[in-house]
Amino acid sequence: MKLLNTKNLIRLLLLLVVYGVFQFLFVSKMINPFYMMTLILVCIYIILAVSQNIITGFTGQLALGHAGFMAIGAYMSALVVVRMQGSLVTGIIFGALMAAVAGMLIGLPTLRLRGDYLAIATLGLGEIVRITFLNMDYLGGATGLSVPKTIDWTWAFWLMVISVFLMSNFINSSHGRACISVRENEIAAEAMGINTTKYKVMAFTMGAFFAGLAGAIYANYMYLIHPGTFSFLKSFEILAMVVLGGLGSITGSIVGAGILTIVSAGLADYPEFRMVIIALIMIILMVYRPNGLLGNKEFKFDFLQFRKKG
Amino acid sequence: MALLAVDKLSMSFSGLKAVSNLDMEINEGELVGLIGPNGAGKTTVFNMLTGVYLPSEGSIFFEGKKINGIPTYKLSHLGIARTFQNIRLFGDLTVLENVKIAYHQHVSYNMASGIFRLPGYYRGEKDMEEKALAFLKIFSLDDKAQELAKNLPYGQQRRLEIARALATKPSLLLLDEPAAGMNPYETQNLMELIRWIRKEFNLTILLIEHDMSLVMGVCERIYVLDYGINIAHGCPDEIKSNPRVIEAYLGEEAI
Ligand SMILES: Nc1ncnc2c1ncn2[C@@H]1O[C@H](COP(=O)(O)OP(=O)(O)OP(=O)(O)O)[C@@H](O)[C@H]1O
Ligand SMILES: [Mg+2]
Repeated sequence: MKLLNTKNLIRLLLLLVVYGVFQFLFVSKMINPFYMMTLILVCIYIILAVSQNIITGFTGQLALGHAGFMAIGAYMSALVVVRMQGSLVTGIIFGALMAAVAGMLIGLPTLRLRGDYLAIATLGLGEIVRITFLNMDYLGGATGLSVPKTIDWTWAFWLMVISVFLMSNFINSSHGRACISVRENEIAAEAMGINTTKYKVMAFTMGAFFAGLAGAIYANYMYLIHPGTFSFLKSFEILAMVVLGGLGSITGSIVGAGILTIVSAGLADYPEFRMVIIALIMIILMVYRPNGLLGNKEFKFDFLQFRKKG
Repeated sequence: MALLAVDKLSMSFSGLKAVSNLDMEINEGELVGLIGPNGAGKTTVFNMLTGVYLPSEGSIFFEGKKINGIPTYKLSHLGIARTFQNIRLFGDLTVLENVKIAYHQHVSYNMASGIFRLPGYYRGEKDMEEKALAFLKIFSLDDKAQELAKNLPYGQQRRLEIARALATKPSLLLLDEPAAGMNPYETQNLMELIRWIRKEFNLTILLIEHDMSLVMGVCERIYVLDYGINIAHGCPDEIKSNPRVIEAYLGEEAI
């Protein structure tokens, strides 16, 4: 049973239906543009949350630099598209690759730190990235940089699907299991021949790549990118989505990103309440479901499977 | 040439000499015991042999090559595997996944094949699954393959530790109290199993164990540690009648 089995065909069909329904609503103007923007942001945050989950939920490293990698992806894609008249695809690939390179360079020294120390170091580095862009007048500096809007629902949706598919493939491969063994018991993992530093850096680089990709999609959708968007609060928001859905669950991160993005959009008119409500959701979650909505389980469509005939 | 040779090996923890001046030689195919009262330094020896601790003094030679300072995971690739006295399984993963992770160093496909689901991935995973199940079968754990490791009863967790160590394909296997917490029947079974895997996989085994009758029954040679010092070594009969060994163990019982 390879890639084209019944399960994957059903999944593909479901994705096509979801895509088609919203595409139809959008083209026929039955859906308000604000809702469309929320949907595209959901796609972007799904990529961010799943990639954060690779680092934190699966590999067990509490790194909080995601806003920084998102910023690198956004600005580097804008550099290609706006300053060098490159294509959207080149911009996205360049943005994601630069974020991955930054991830590897940052990961090599910082991933030797543990727990809180790693969190603080990566938060700090994320802020350094933001402040660097703030002072780069060539890329707009404090006023921000306007980028033509070339991303639509089709791009955002399918880039999200491909990203989640690739990350989930990684986690379900031997190399992904090596990452999970680091989370489970680092000493035992080493004794079983797993180079734990290598797999931490690998997970971190992959997380940074997809955070950069999400940042590139964001930049080419939002008309304007601004360093303020990529503050450490963004990293916290992404982490909150992962924790809400469940550390170590990809479908959990999808649900978490969906819920928090929609709640945020719903509270767009009351920005002062936004963080309060999100904090409240997190507190309720910690009391009733401390392992997140899905724990470390995956939501499965098994009930849609045809029973095997004996 | 000895497979493992240890020369004047010492380990101090801020003043406390956990192991001092240990000399040890183990030849290929031997099954050697390492015994001693609680806190004698046995586990510390294992931690030095596997690169978890860097010895304060002395050298370790494996297959004639000095291995001090080589990181733990590389020693695993060289062929040294171990189990842990305080069980260290990957608790939230299945029994099968535990063994697959140990087999990762022999994985036949690269990261890109996994991410893009190239044909090599399916072939590699199938092979890995078969190999992992075969290791589980040896320890009668194949019917538990899909259970979470943390949900296994104690005795089975200990057996899974050995299955997982075997999956790295070692030439030297270090077992740290593999029978701790087992009942006499399970212990007897385990000892027969250890003898069998040694033959089947051409292993050299160094075994830490508290159960005297068991060590005496299965080991060809025994090293005795007391307060980090090697007070005796020889064949089981010599150890049994050695006055220093008797004193060390009587001393323990008197407390
Ligand atoms: N990381 C460490 N830091 C400080 N002291 C340690 C450390 N590891 C071991 N020790 C000390 O070294 C001595 C030997 O410990 P070790 O665990 O090697 O004994 P053992 O022979 O395995 O005992 P047991 O039979 O109880 O398992 C003990 O006094 C222990 O407290
Ligand atoms: Mg011990």
